Amino acid sequence: MNDLTDDSTLIKVRDVHFSRGNKLIFDGVDMDIQRGKVTAIMGPSGTGKTTLLKLIGGQLRPSKGSVEIDGSNIHNIRHKELYQLRKKMGMLFQSGALLTDITVFDNVAFPLREHTNLPESMIRSLVLMKLQAVGLRGAFNLMPSELSGGMARRVALARAISLDPMMIMYDEPFTGQDPISMGVLVQLIRLLNDALSLTSIVVSHDVRETCAIADFVYLVSDGKVVGSGTPEELAESESEWAQQFLLGMPDGPVPFHYSAQPYVQDLIEH
Amino acid sequence: MLNYFQSLGASSLSVLERLGRGSIFFANILLSIPSVLIRPRLLFSQMYSVGVLSFSLIVISGLFVGMVLALQGFYTLSDFGAEGMLGVMVAASLVRELGPVVAALLFAGRAGSALTAEIGLMKATEQLSGMEMMAVDPVARIVTPRFLAGLISMPILATIFSAIGIIGGYFIGVGLLGIDEGGYWSQMQAKIDFNMDIINGLIKSVVFGWVVTWIAVFEGYDAIPTSDGVSRATTRTVVHSAFAILALDFILTALMFGDI
Repeated sequence: MNDLTDDSTLIKVRDVHFSRGNKLIFDGVDMDIQRGKVTAIMGPSGTGKTTLLKLIGGQLRPSKGSVEIDGSNIHNIRHKELYQLRKKMGMLFQSGALLTDITVFDNVAFPLREHTNLPESMIRSLVLMKLQAVGLRGAFNLMPSELSGGMARRVALARAISLDPMMIMYDEPFTGQDPISMGVLVQLIRLLNDALSLTSIVVSHDVRETCAIADFVYLVSDGKVVGSGTPEELAESESEWAQQFLLGMPDGPVPFHYSAQPYVQDLIEH
Repeated sequence: MLNYFQSLGASSLSVLERLGRGSIFFANILLSIPSVLIRPRLLFSQMYSVGVLSFSLIVISGLFVGMVLALQGFYTLSDFGAEGMLGVMVAASLVRELGPVVAALLFAGRAGSALTAEIGLMKATEQLSGMEMMAVDPVARIVTPRFLAGLISMPILATIFSAIGIIGGYFIGVGLLGIDEGGYWSQMQAKIDFNMDIINGLIKSVVFGWVVTWIAVFEGYDAIPTSDGVSRATTRTVVHSAFAILALDFILTALMFGDI
């Protein structure tokens, strides 16, 4: 575990525990997210990767541990300060989470209209610039229902960068995308990160796409960080877990079978 | 037996817990009212979808309820030779009871269910969560304008319901059954008291508007974010609203008219 505490660390996740009902989701997670880098959080489905993003965004509260963003503990600050901090955080939801009753243009303009007093002419220019960056300037007049899944995610991305945030969190950005829109998204995440000097967190289980753009990778399983390093380090790692996940092997530390009583016993019992 | 008590206790606890969450939610709505008042555009657009779009339902139902009241009332009153009182009977029934109650029941079915489904689906599609992450408070931006729109629309709709019902009663009483037109209106004017009848009816409709819209927005916001969860929440809105309207109507009637 690298324990950098200097200025280059934007987000410090320390000993985070979280449970849903009786199910323990995180059992002491530590992470450092470096400024200006693309950090990937990977792990099998159902390990709580989205929950981790919600903990970082302050939408959920850990039962123990802390999340510090840019020097402030996100779960200890006042509601108003949290909202101020969120203006500097963008988040791309898996579904896009576009407002369905307004156009693409109005969706991207939404944060600007809510948080600034800019004149409408300037909002128009800003929105068109953001849409141009994701290649969808021509779609400004469409309703969200008229967009394909990939386009909806790109519009959501334009909306997430509309307030020029310092960081952006991507929740499973590649899930359910065709190869072309997947390629577009992969390229956009890297490009936007570098062009806008963002810090990006990508939660995903698409190994190839994520490793292609990530500077640093955390592997999460069973509520713990089970591996971390650059994509190259992980590829060469001898950890059984990392090998199973990165190579997509059906059985290993993450068992193929859901835990159950012995098979024979189950068959002869009734 | 022990199991019975256990499940009784568990369900009472969950009812209390929901009531508690609903009350905290209501307090949050109250706190965010100033932010809505400085942006009245949000409120107006909701008044259109909550109030104006319920208008035709309220007008048509009011007309039929007034006509049925006149028909039924005429046959009873004429037994006593008191058909001249038809106008008073129609107006008093509508203004005191049927206007606020039936309009609120219709409002719960038309606007309340739509509010729950809309907010529930916004939750299921992560739109509310997305708003939170954009530093926009979904209670202030989405819930409170809808709540205020319901609160304001309900008394207006109930008043329209009663007025149209009285006109429906006029068509049947004067037009079809041939009672005296002057008597229909003048008896009504003489007997219906502004404070006792009209203001009390308005108070009822404000209370019903509050309870129906509160239930509707809370059920939507609290819905389990799946299609099944939203459908259950919508059903609960209509059922709980109907119970709440009828129970509160009894309490309010007892308080307002109990000592007559």
